[in-house]
Amino acid sequence: MSKLTLATVWLDGCSGCHMSFLDMDERLLALAELVDIVYSPIVDRKDFPNHVDIALVEGAVASVDDEKKIRKIRAHTTTLVAMGDCAVAGNVPSMRNPIGPQAILDRAYIQNVSTQPQIPCVVVPRLLPIVRPIHEFVKVDVFLPGCPPSADTFHTALTALVTGAPLDVPALTRFGA
Amino acid sequence: MNLEELEQIAESVRQENARFDYEVNVCMGTGCLSRHSDKLKDALTEQIAAQGKNALVRRTGCMGLCAAGPLVLVDPDEILYQHVRSDDAGSVATSLGTAPVAELQCNLRDHFDQQVHIVLENSGHIDPERIDDYIARDGYQALVKALTEMTPSEVIQQIVESGLRGRGGGGYPTGLKWGTVAKAFGDTKYVICNGDEGDPGAFMDRSVLESDPQRVLEGMILAAYAVGASKGFFYVRAEYPLAVARLSACLRDARRRGLLGNGICNTPFNFDAEIRLGAGAFVCGEETALIASIEGRRGTPRPRPPYPAVSGLWGRPTLINNVETFANIAPIIRNGGKWFASIGSERSKGTKVFALTGKIKNTGLVEVPMGIKLREIIEVIGGGVPDGHTFKAVQTGGPSGGCIPAEMLDIGVSYDALLKIGSIMGSGGMIVMDDTSCMVNVARFFVEFCMTESCGKCIPCRAGTAQMYKLLTRICDGSATMDDLDLLIDLCDTVKETSLCGLGQTAPNPVLSTLKYFRNEYIDHIVHKRCPAGVCSIQSPAEVTA
Amino acid sequence: MSPGVDVKTLVIDGKDVTGRSGQTILEIARENGIDIPTLCHLDGLGDVGACRLCLVEIKGSNKLQPACVTTVFESMEVSTQSDRLLKHRRTILELLFTERNHICSVCVANGNCELQSLGQSQGLTHVRLPYRNPDLHVDASHERFTIDHNRCILCTRCVRVCAEIEGAHVWDVMGRGIDSMIISDLNDPWGESSCTRCGKCVQVCPTGALFDKSKVGEAHPKYPDFLPYLNLMREAK
Repeated sequence: MSKLTLATVWLDGCSGCHMSFLDMDERLLALAELVDIVYSPIVDRKDFPNHVDIALVEGAVASVDDEKKIRKIRAHTTTLVAMGDCAVAGNVPSMRNPIGPQAILDRAYIQNVSTQPQIPCVVVPRLLPIVRPIHEFVKVDVFLPGCPPSADTFHTALTALVTGAPLDVPALTRFGA
Repeated sequence: MNLEELEQIAESVRQENARFDYEVNVCMGTGCLSRHSDKLKDALTEQIAAQGKNALVRRTGCMGLCAAGPLVLVDPDEILYQHVRSDDAGSVATSLGTAPVAELQCNLRDHFDQQVHIVLENSGHIDPERIDDYIARDGYQALVKALTEMTPSEVIQQIVESGLRGRGGGGYPTGLKWGTVAKAFGDTKYVICNGDEGDPGAFMDRSVLESDPQRVLEGMILAAYAVGASKGFFYVRAEYPLAVARLSACLRDARRRGLLGNGICNTPFNFDAEIRLGAGAFVCGEETALIASIEGRRGTPRPRPPYPAVSGLWGRPTLINNVETFANIAPIIRNGGKWFASIGSERSKGTKVFALTGKIKNTGLVEVPMGIKLREIIEVIGGGVPDGHTFKAVQTGGPSGGCIPAEMLDIGVSYDALLKIGSIMGSGGMIVMDDTSCMVNVARFFVEFCMTESCGKCIPCRAGTAQMYKLLTRICDGSATMDDLDLLIDLCDTVKETSLCGLGQTAPNPVLSTLKYFRNEYIDHIVHKRCPAGVCSIQSPAEVTA
Repeated sequence: MSPGVDVKTLVIDGKDVTGRSGQTILEIARENGIDIPTLCHLDGLGDVGACRLCLVEIKGSNKLQPACVTTVFESMEVSTQSDRLLKHRRTILELLFTERNHICSVCVANGNCELQSLGQSQGLTHVRLPYRNPDLHVDASHERFTIDHNRCILCTRCVRVCAEIEGAHVWDVMGRGIDSMIISDLNDPWGESSCTRCGKCVQVCPTGALFDKSKVGEAHPKYPDFLPYLNLMREAK
């Protein structure tokens, strides 16, 4: 049997979920027996592959670029996993929602900057007015809340997804875990 | 006060009226007053005096056809004039004894002939601020009869026999309610008249209080006698200043005549009533919220049981009935429960007052026997949809009700029939919509109403209506998906089943009924990104994602 | 059995149980180890039946009844775990999570929050409804405590404990519907209110809406179980 392909994606999040993923430590080796990581911030590949079996997505959708990415990922993925509270619920990135992106940009790039204050507008993608969890854009198959989900959670959940065993997420983790 | 004294008063009023050849009744309900019928009345008085006509000019309450106001009814010839301006006073005066003023005459026989007036029998015929006018039309005979000839349980028996059901919306059998309060333990009991009419487009209770307040009071005193209450409260919204003023005058006059206070009609029965003003919160029409408001607390409902009949105002057994319910009591006692039961349909007896509004020719108040077809109310009495448009739906029961499509118009109006097709009788608002109305937008309007009127106590109503509104807004602006529609339906189910009081439990009705009968309009918005009625401004898909 | 005490037998989730007349379904369920979720109910406070999480099915009635205020009757058959109830409970929790800004990861009550643990015990892994993201303020004017309206679920435990137990009635609810807010006095800053600084409201708050300033950044468990004890001691006095 050929190995399953796994992608991990980093949208608007702190990378904590990826850190926690790496905290699986030696269990990563066992996982590598079962899956090939084909796309990830920790893998040198520029484009999302044509097809992956499992995609773990960290982070909320906060910019037009995030939105474009998540739609593309959905189109090329069999099992889409929302990894961590940002992807599941918006979490910290969504804390700007009550006041809007302009106030945040002003604070970060104008008010708190002493030399050449200016809001970046070249290359960087435009922010969406509201940061939203990924399931508000595309269908999500598995939700793994937690900030971040623990390495144990990742291990149990991924093992279940790869082997097709039943997965009881609420028994593993919760919002803010 | 006894029957002879009542008869004396009635006779003196009749003699006084008989001195005149004509009675010119000028409608001074809120609708006609807003078109200066008070100035019209002054002008008529002046012109009639100037022309030496022997006519009585009388201020009356609502004549029903608000769309055609100001209205003037000339008796004994029963000539109804519409859109009468102060400038017309001269020609109306001149017409007395000669030919009617043709260009002012209102010839809507169909509108009036199909109606049966019990609650509105005096509206438009008496001066609402003159208790003697009411007495002259058999007023307070029922009270005197009950106090002197009937036991409280006999009074209740008549109400039970009449089959009268609560006119506030729920349709709970009135006799059963009275019986429960009568049986409840307690030396102090209260009676409350619910005049917190809050449905958009509804003005039945306001009109009754403005046109014939004594009738409501008589009903309340009879109820108090039947259940053993000594104190009553009229809970009327402060937005009804004219109704409050006329009700105050009514209470004062009744006290002067010995019909209110200690030893009513020289019997040992004591009862007094006062008015409490509501600040206009829709939820205060819910009985437990209303009680909280009268007690001076925040107007929020509480779980029932215990029902107010057992533990109501200040923990005492309390009877709460709607204005229109009380307005039906005196005629029932006067004519007997059987007489009332002979009117109407199988399980809905008597008549119902409806406020016809929206896209309909004859906007106004109508009173029809239960069981009458909706089609008859809308097409015959209401005169149909104006300006060549086609009828689309009628909303009954206010924000708690549902939208009934054209193919359902042949059902007879009754509590059960309306419930069966996803609407409710409600307090009597009837809003007609034509092909220019978008049903999704209509549903959104009513959900917005419930959202802003929710008291905020229970979660499903507080947050659920807000989420329903958010999802409906998405549908209206074209950004919704079919998943959003499923979510909306799911949410409606939870709000309906888990909300604490009737406001939340019925808030999804406009959504569910429009989804049932006009689902294609929802699909048009969501899938085809267009609003068939052209009401919603839908952004193109490109704009939505941008 | 003393005279006047009337014992009822009933069935909850297929289990035969007994209770005294006047007891609520919730009391008897908890005595028998049957878990019915609640948020507004708290032992020692008057019930308001507002959170609707404790709704149960009673055989013979299609209407769901709140277990916290519904008293038992003989031969009552109660169901607390039907699919219909579980679905409604999850939707109500979703409504709470979306109503205000519940960012568990950065909340002072993370790990000690009744809303958060209910979300987990009721199997909520995500929220289908759109987040409302209201712009709400934090009142830190009090010397010892803070109220963060972003985390408030309007259970009114604070209002009731302040009025019923402390007797100060500093807290109440202002506004209506979705705009309802907990206020101190007549919407004065908490620090300038008639607050007695007893801290009971902080202990009974099920979420991170009311918290002790000295506990920020630490685990902030609440101890609401002082209430029944306090009531018992007051009665004994």
